[in-house]
Amino acid sequence: MSNILIKNGRVIDPSQGMDRVSNVLIEDGRISAYDVKVEEKPINGSMRLIDATGKIVAPGLIDMHVHLREPGREEDETIRSGTAAALAGGFTSIVCTPNTNPPMDSQGTVQFVQRQAAEADNCNVYPMACISKNRAGEELAEMGTLVEAGAVAFSDESSPVANSELMRRALEYLLMFDKPVLNHPQVAELTADGVMHEGLVSMVLALPGIPAEAEDVMTGRDISLAESTGGKIHMMHLSTAGSIDMIRRAKTRGVRVTAEVCPHHFSLTDETLRSFDSNFKMNPPLRDSDHLDACIAGLTDGTIDVIASDHAPHAVEKKMRELDQAPFGAISLETSLALVITNLIQPGHLDWMTALEKMTINPAQILGIAKGTLQIGSDADVTIIDPENIWTVDPEKFYSKSRNSPFIGKSLTGRAETVIVAGRVKFERGS
Amino acid sequence: MSFELDEIDVIPESWTRSHLLDLESLSTEEITTILDTAGRFKEATHGCKQKIDALSDHTVANLFFENSTRTRNSFSLAARRLGADTIEFSSSGSSLSKGETFIDTAKNIEAMNVDVVVVRHATPGTPHLLAQNIECSVISAGDGPHEHPTQGLLDILTIREHRGNLAGLTVALVGDIAHSRTARSNIWGLRKLGAHVIVCGPSTLVSRRWEELGVEVAYNLDDILPRCDVLNLLRIQFERQYTRPFPSVREYALLYAMNGDRMQRAKDDILIMAPGPINRGVEVTPDVADGPHSVILDQVTNGLAVRMAVLWLVAGARER
Repeated sequence: MSNILIKNGRVIDPSQGMDRVSNVLIEDGRISAYDVKVEEKPINGSMRLIDATGKIVAPGLIDMHVHLREPGREEDETIRSGTAAALAGGFTSIVCTPNTNPPMDSQGTVQFVQRQAAEADNCNVYPMACISKNRAGEELAEMGTLVEAGAVAFSDESSPVANSELMRRALEYLLMFDKPVLNHPQVAELTADGVMHEGLVSMVLALPGIPAEAEDVMTGRDISLAESTGGKIHMMHLSTAGSIDMIRRAKTRGVRVTAEVCPHHFSLTDETLRSFDSNFKMNPPLRDSDHLDACIAGLTDGTIDVIASDHAPHAVEKKMRELDQAPFGAISLETSLALVITNLIQPGHLDWMTALEKMTINPAQILGIAKGTLQIGSDADVTIIDPENIWTVDPEKFYSKSRNSPFIGKSLTGRAETVIVAGRVKFERGS
Repeated sequence: MSFELDEIDVIPESWTRSHLLDLESLSTEEITTILDTAGRFKEATHGCKQKIDALSDHTVANLFFENSTRTRNSFSLAARRLGADTIEFSSSGSSLSKGETFIDTAKNIEAMNVDVVVVRHATPGTPHLLAQNIECSVISAGDGPHEHPTQGLLDILTIREHRGNLAGLTVALVGDIAHSRTARSNIWGLRKLGAHVIVCGPSTLVSRRWEELGVEVAYNLDDILPRCDVLNLLRIQFERQYTRPFPSVREYALLYAMNGDRMQRAKDDILIMAPGPINRGVEVTPDVADGPHSVILDQVTNGLAVRMAVLWLVAGARER
């Protein structure tokens, strides 16, 4: 394994509160030193020099909400293509969701995913396992065994746990493994046939709505259950002002609740559905500007801990359908970082330190994984970001197998330029 | 006998649309162009009874993914009155069962040298998607509960024939606004032409949000009735509702059916309209539906005139 010296970059590591220009030395796959003088290190076959002048050197980014689709829906994405997309987006570690076929409710499926990820040898892949057997919401999956196999979190993902008693049991049971429950808070009775956010636009377009209160009602329930059990709950892809405010208040009471927001929810509104383009159909839906502003306010004041992409690939033919028949979701691994820079950092909603915190150390701490830091001795997962690169989203250039991005044709600023996983350069953007 | 095209004016320069997908995106001038053209077609064909060689050598395909009798026949007859050939394709639900997407179905129909596709589909926005994916002109014959532009136009043409001008008139749309494509097309068209629009019906089917678009919202028909110049009585769309939005049909009829008693309290010259099919006894009683104020059958004739006009305009814009 060759060693790497990253020269003259602006190192921003929220885990250490570090923000300064430095030279970072990577040896034997780990961060070994700062402020190393270039002339003291021979640059040869076993030492590579990367000039990061004008660039940001960050801990490898973590995306804790990624649909890799394998096993079961390899026409949408494979573990190989999805992890390649992750690298291109600047992510060195991702958490993959268990709504596969078969679902990740047993050791065997978790191990299959791990093996495929190891063979692909792109980024680190951490499995999220099911809360309930077959994601049916009836009885608990074998969580202890799943933790042993490597599951870092539990969720029934797109099938929110409707049964409050089961959710309570899951929170209680996971106390002894100190793993979080991740829930997609949404009450099914309020969203039947829903296609988009319920509001003025859905009224005009006559598309069935997904009201904000569908998210609020279950968020309230989950906070109550976390509060009474002492369990760890993480709310996935929050999209409403109401749910974010409930999280804010719960945190002041000390409830062990964390929350994430997706880039599309702080970038786009339901107005986009006027195009009837199914690339704007997601769940939770794109909401109106008041909710969008609430997402940004939650990110700014720290209520929202994590930015996660909810990368949801769907093959072209599935999205080329009537809006009610097209599936929910958008690919986002390759646009997530640029949207954070373009729509949060550039307008001044977040500074670099806070933005990167939500994409590195915060998800690492929620998941209990030793990632998201550039402390000396830690795994050398590093993302070098060009903060000035202005680029246009071109579907032909996606590493993902799917093309369902709502940002096609958009001009964005900032991009991962070099991505290092455990001391090996896994991605370099060609000029 | 058949009339020649030169009896109809050439397409106005300002008309550039090769599709008619909704009324929301049309300008006042464009709506007026369609209404004027429909009026001239109606006159030149003596009430749409005769043919005119405006679209000979053209083919119009009716692509109906949702059940329809009257709209499909109206478009079909309108095309034939213009001298066009027609292709009929209907499939309830969609071609999903055969594994084909509706876009593929449309492309297959288009490959038969079709100039205009008339599409009805249960999903909002389907005509818009089609227009982006095929070369020929697309006319919406109703996309689910979203819009039914030719229905809106024929309703407006009917009012205009009886009143001359829409500006200043008060038009109430009564019934299931939430699920009504007729309501949406009427709202856009009527507002653009200067009418005051009231939407009236049960609060579960009439959103307060319509006020944000300049529409008056009312839940009590008797309160607004004395002010109305036109009542358009919409059918309750039982088939589009997930849970029943009111306790019983009986209660609905008590609150909203236009009957003889209510007619006593209406303006002397009120126009009673209904897009059909009508549920007699639910939204309107037979004495009113068949009474002297009813223009329901005028609407049917005007449907032909409007569809002839739209077919001719979009086909002409595409060729220009």
